[in-house]
Amino acid sequence: MFDRAERGVQAAIDAGATYADARAVLDRTETIEVQNQHLDTLDVDESIGVGVRALVGSSWGFAATSDLSDSGLAECGRKAAQIAAASALVSGPPLVLGDVPVVDTFWETPHIENPFDVSTTEKIDMLVDVTRTMQSVEGVGIAYATVEGWDTNKWFVSSHGHRIHQHLVEAGGYYSAAAIGERETQIRSYPQSFGQYESGGYETIRKWDYPAHAQRIAEEAVALLSAPEMEERETSLVLESSQLALQIHESVGHAIELDRILGWEAAFAGTSHLQLERLGSHRYGSELMNVTADATIQGALGTFGFDDEGSPASCVDIVKDGIWVGTLSGRDSAAVAGLPSGGMVRGDGYSKIPMVRMTNVGLLPGEGSLDDIIADTEDGVYMSTNRSWSIDDRRLNFQFGCEIGYEIKNGELGRMVKNPTYTGITPQFWGSLDRLAGEEEWTHWGIPNCGKGQPVQTAHTGHSASPGRFANVRVGVKG
Amino acid sequence: MNRSQDLVRQVLEIVGSRAEVGVYVRTGTSALTRFANSFIHQNVSDDVAYVHVTLATNGKLASGSTTSTTATNLRELVDRLIAVANVQTVDETFPGFGGPVATPAIEHWDAETSEADPGARAQKVKEFVDAGGGLLGAGMCSVDSYVDAYGNTAEREITGRMTRVILDGIHQTGESAGSGHSSGISVDAIDAIGAGQLAGHRARRGVSAFDTKPGRYEVVLSPDAMATIAQFLSGYGFSGKNVTEGMSFVELGEDRFDPSVSLTDDVASGRALGMPFDGEGTPRARVPLIDTGTNAGILHDRTTGKKAGAPSTGHAPVSDESWENKPDGRNLVFEAGNLAEEQLIGQVERGIYVSTFNYCRVLDPKTIVVTGLTRNGTFMIENGVLTDPVTNLRFTQSFIDALGPDQVLGIGADARFAAGEEDPATVNSPSFHLASWNFTGGAEG
Repeated sequence: MFDRAERGVQAAIDAGATYADARAVLDRTETIEVQNQHLDTLDVDESIGVGVRALVGSSWGFAATSDLSDSGLAECGRKAAQIAAASALVSGPPLVLGDVPVVDTFWETPHIENPFDVSTTEKIDMLVDVTRTMQSVEGVGIAYATVEGWDTNKWFVSSHGHRIHQHLVEAGGYYSAAAIGERETQIRSYPQSFGQYESGGYETIRKWDYPAHAQRIAEEAVALLSAPEMEERETSLVLESSQLALQIHESVGHAIELDRILGWEAAFAGTSHLQLERLGSHRYGSELMNVTADATIQGALGTFGFDDEGSPASCVDIVKDGIWVGTLSGRDSAAVAGLPSGGMVRGDGYSKIPMVRMTNVGLLPGEGSLDDIIADTEDGVYMSTNRSWSIDDRRLNFQFGCEIGYEIKNGELGRMVKNPTYTGITPQFWGSLDRLAGEEEWTHWGIPNCGKGQPVQTAHTGHSASPGRFANVRVGVKG
Repeated sequence: MNRSQDLVRQVLEIVGSRAEVGVYVRTGTSALTRFANSFIHQNVSDDVAYVHVTLATNGKLASGSTTSTTATNLRELVDRLIAVANVQTVDETFPGFGGPVATPAIEHWDAETSEADPGARAQKVKEFVDAGGGLLGAGMCSVDSYVDAYGNTAEREITGRMTRVILDGIHQTGESAGSGHSSGISVDAIDAIGAGQLAGHRARRGVSAFDTKPGRYEVVLSPDAMATIAQFLSGYGFSGKNVTEGMSFVELGEDRFDPSVSLTDDVASGRALGMPFDGEGTPRARVPLIDTGTNAGILHDRTTGKKAGAPSTGHAPVSDESWENKPDGRNLVFEAGNLAEEQLIGQVERGIYVSTFNYCRVLDPKTIVVTGLTRNGTFMIENGVLTDPVTNLRFTQSFIDALGPDQVLGIGADARFAAGEEDPATVNSPSFHLASWNFTGGAEG
């Protein structure tokens, strides 16, 4: 496939592009969904094509095609350059690209069982069993379970000379029980409500032992219907690690994207409360807060060998001892900002233009355990598993809802509460981080559907976290 | 025979007598120009080719898709699906494939727009940017041109085509932003200058915004804010999937809304865009969802229709158009009133004007309690006129209750295509004046 991508690049250069690159991508996805012991979806999707990116002046032009003939690829490359040139009517300063090493190489996700090699019947049987267990609990209306597998081959070439073939293997899934009341619905999910997705083969699904937790999850969903509402107040908030991972994603991961900081995403995704001139001095959170963007973590969903500009995967400090020190960037945005290129640019399939995306933006662990944190909390609440999330366009004001909450009194978990929510302002919230559990409970959570850009594209991102505690948080916000 | 029909025919021939099959094909072009800091920075075009196959072997189902239209790849897809389906159990809920239908007369298509080049998009961007009078513009202009076809082994054949143009943008002063929007079936229908002027006006008016106290306020919601409400009511309330699973508030005949509210999904209304048939090849029916305040209809595909004992209304999702794989409104139309926006504002003694909502998420699907924020132009209304700008506000509000009996105090005559949060061109709405909206805090604390 290298030769096909190269045809597109050459056509773009011949048509006047100062730089061009191309990705030939073959994506395969298998999605299985079971609801109430009934196979709801068995979907096998395949996407094959080439996307060519061409730079002319201040604008990228991008064209994509699934026509892999010589003429189709030449037309695609020409179109990318022509589209870029058409932008001259509303142009800005010429874009400069930061340097990255030119390599000719192959990289593959370490994995044991390719999810496509595991029989469909085995997967369906497991999901049916899980939903049967959940349905056996009286009061469960909908028992849902799903697994997905992705197998992606990418061939990247550039007019600078890159030739990189990557084979990415990813898998994941989840299940949920919905208890439907007179005027409300209560849901519990496992391992988490977006699913847990990781780099690797089907072994990443097996390790979560889906059947072992189905009964508990169903019983909790039903119990929530009769649980009291969480009281609205300010108190200590202890977050389970998958919820803390989403908190990192929304209030740190997006805020540190350099294209947002530069205003390139202002109209849709939004901008950022961060200002470049305060990089290195802005206090993001308490001294317990250490965040990295690490695309090299084995097993995490945001892991790869090279990004879609040919930059090698790297680990970059983002927040160190509470101070903001790094951004997520690509060759163009980093050059504009005068920063080293971060190698965090990816596109969704062959048909979407690559842009700055999170890799594995994670909070480094602290010490002790969740049990230690609860034992150390005189009065507070514990929340687990995201149910809703909302944050403003500068990534400052957020409100999250979780599936389940518990009161904490005198160092012990108390009664279950339903509809737990909390709200806050990013720097104050992270400034109130006062406990963080250790490496034993540090989990590489994966988010498979991070949306950004126009047309909207989704990315697979990772967020490592252990449970943490935040002081004086407003909880129990009501409608 | 167009290319999409030809691909449908190819797949049917490949399957032959080995299975029952339904095939949806989309071909065409999706092009989009993005601008930020008042210049174009990304400009993309995708030659769309999408083939989706649903296949049944003796009642055992599998589905799949491909972007490759070579005979080899189509054959591989079909063979893989047959192999997978053969080892499954029989799906008792499968409604079967629908029989022959008449091709709808409605067509949202402009031939010139289907040939539009990137220069046409750049021109609209220039008009929007220039209309800001020196403010920083950002946004996008997209032109989609699709020819779709559906065919199956039950002798259903249908094809259609659509063009759709969207301009959506903001202007920024450095401390404030304002939005503007225009959609239509043709490039010529896009009022980029008007959208740019509105965005610029809102941005300039938004300078020196103050934090107002949280609490319940009367509100005037622009068409774009109302579009988000329509999309949530459709997706969480009137979708046949939610209704048949007991996850919806909808009970037909119940008076849950103010009598002044009527919401219909109607591709033929003249206030709609898009294909006249759904992902199962069923022509999209006109479905009144709220009729003068009363729950009046439910959106079904063939599966939810079978569960409910009702026919499909033509609302099966098409590929990745729907936010979830379930029936949803694609042509939602709020009935307009007879008041100008100034008159709606003129009725308010003390309240808040909202240009758009942002990042709305449902807290409970059954009550449609939603949290979200205001964005790109939020203003106090005092004694019947817009006064000071306010910083963005967070709200937690049931969208059902907001439009409940006695809660709608006026409806505008200013209906237009509006940019809701889920999709910028599936709702046509006027402005609404509502009695109460629960703001829970300022966006910056």
